[in-house]
Amino acid sequence: MHAALSIRGLTKVYDNSFHALKGIDLEVPQGDFFALLGPNGAGKSTTLGVVSSLVRKTSGDVSIYGIDVDRDFARARYHLGVVPQEFNFNQFEKVEDIVLTQAGYYGIPRRQAMDRAHQLLEDLGLWDKRHDAARMLSGGMKRRLMIARALIHRPRLLILDEPTAGVDIELRRSMWEYMKRINEQEGTTIILTTHYLEEAESLCRNIAIINHGEIVHNTSMRDLLGQLTRETFVLDLAAPVAQCPVIEGFDVERLDERQLSLSIDKGQHINDAFARLSEQHIEVLSMRNRANRLEELFVRMVEGSNNTEGQQGGIR
Amino acid sequence: MNAQQMAIALWTIVRSEIRRFMRIWPQTLLPPSITMTMYFIIFGNLIGSRVGQMDGVDYMDYIVPGLVMMSIITNSYSNVASSFFGSKFQRSVEEMIISPMPNWLVLTGFVIGGSARGLAVGIIVTTVSLFFTDLDIQHPILTVLVVIMTAVLFSIGGFINALLGKKFDDISIVPIFVLTPLTYLGGVFYSIHMLPEFWQKVSLINPILYMVNTFRYGILGVSDINVGVAVGAIAVFIVIFFIVAMWLLRRGKGLRS
Repeated sequence: MHAALSIRGLTKVYDNSFHALKGIDLEVPQGDFFALLGPNGAGKSTTLGVVSSLVRKTSGDVSIYGIDVDRDFARARYHLGVVPQEFNFNQFEKVEDIVLTQAGYYGIPRRQAMDRAHQLLEDLGLWDKRHDAARMLSGGMKRRLMIARALIHRPRLLILDEPTAGVDIELRRSMWEYMKRINEQEGTTIILTTHYLEEAESLCRNIAIINHGEIVHNTSMRDLLGQLTRETFVLDLAAPVAQCPVIEGFDVERLDERQLSLSIDKGQHINDAFARLSEQHIEVLSMRNRANRLEELFVRMVEGSNNTEGQQGGIR
Repeated sequence: MNAQQMAIALWTIVRSEIRRFMRIWPQTLLPPSITMTMYFIIFGNLIGSRVGQMDGVDYMDYIVPGLVMMSIITNSYSNVASSFFGSKFQRSVEEMIISPMPNWLVLTGFVIGGSARGLAVGIIVTTVSLFFTDLDIQHPILTVLVVIMTAVLFSIGGFINALLGKKFDDISIVPIFVLTPLTYLGGVFYSIHMLPEFWQKVSLINPILYMVNTFRYGILGVSDINVGVAVGAIAVFIVIFFIVAMWLLRRGKGLRS
């Protein structure tokens, strides 16, 4: 079975000699929900730009569901839907016209396109706005419009380049639910780039981290999170503490009189820490991760790759 | 894409282009009709009555074909230049780039859209001219042929300009500094036989002279130049412009980084 997306030896050197991609290999299985993460300028958007043919590659091969994007671009593009980072529709067009025009570009007959547009605009909560000019929509609605437009030809591979940037948490969660649904029920392969690592952790099964134009990590989300050797929790206390309690074997920090930070290494039992706190008559009301788990790993991996890069070729 | 899908895609571009210039008709269709009415009144009626005849026809009759052609040229060109550059500016052109449409289909769609505006304005200006003179078209087929060819040629020109343009100024430079002077010097208001011999020869390198004169020949039956050569020259220009536009599209000039 062909991969939904296969990238081999992809390089991109811009006209100003900037090496944006330095030989990327990447494979996204069919039906996957895949996260492509990296700091700003790492090469995420360039990679996705090459896949969607908005960026010309310098060398390498890209195929979508086994179809080479250079040799049979029309067939490959039928399988691809793209939701870009920036708004890229005619702001003066009506919402419905934007979606129908995109359907036309794929040769979908008008009647069929109208039925699909109706369904998508309803699913994404835009049906009432269908006669409004796109510029009248809120930021979140504009993002949903781009999702509707990308799905009108029912692509098997959907690229979401920071789809929830600037979207409030409530709307973001409803967009997550929608993406999960099309991934699970319709089998659409989704590649997601995002700066909300919580989003990637909760949605994606596999992940690649890109930095300085190279893939520095490519594994399953479970394996990646399994590499986390230390987690830090914030404990909310029932009563104030005057000074930081000492618990042997654990790293504890007093954040304020009612909050402690507790770090636990892999292999340690959190129950032991609670037992020691209990012995000192400290009652814990609730606890939460101090930082998102994926965020901790991400920062560590990116820093690691920056250090390697610095040692190899000077820090930029 | 199969033939039916291509037809749908082509019609999608054409329809949205026509819808665009119809929606903003006060900017696209109204100004040329007002401007040309002024030309007819001032140059045709007031000044023309003193000029008398040109190449054996009334001056008003003489300038009508040139003015119609001038409207077609500027409107075909600016329609595609502004529409395609606008879609580049708003990045909605990306919708087309990521779609399965081949480059020639995108180009053809915009050229038909631009030609449609050129023809629409041509019809409006011709209709206005009927208030000032009677048009007795001598060679209808040639007249229609040269109108369509001219609209197509300048639509492709507008497309090339939009591809190469990086800012809005870039798409107004060519109409202002190239098209308008060439049109005025292309025999719209005078016969090149009135010029000294040297300037007659210089005029012959102006491609718009051939279009204006062929169109005038179609309507009035008089021309400064050989009509067969003119039609051939326009056809050659269309082929050259089309090849250049396709080459630029293939390289992704102004579209892909």
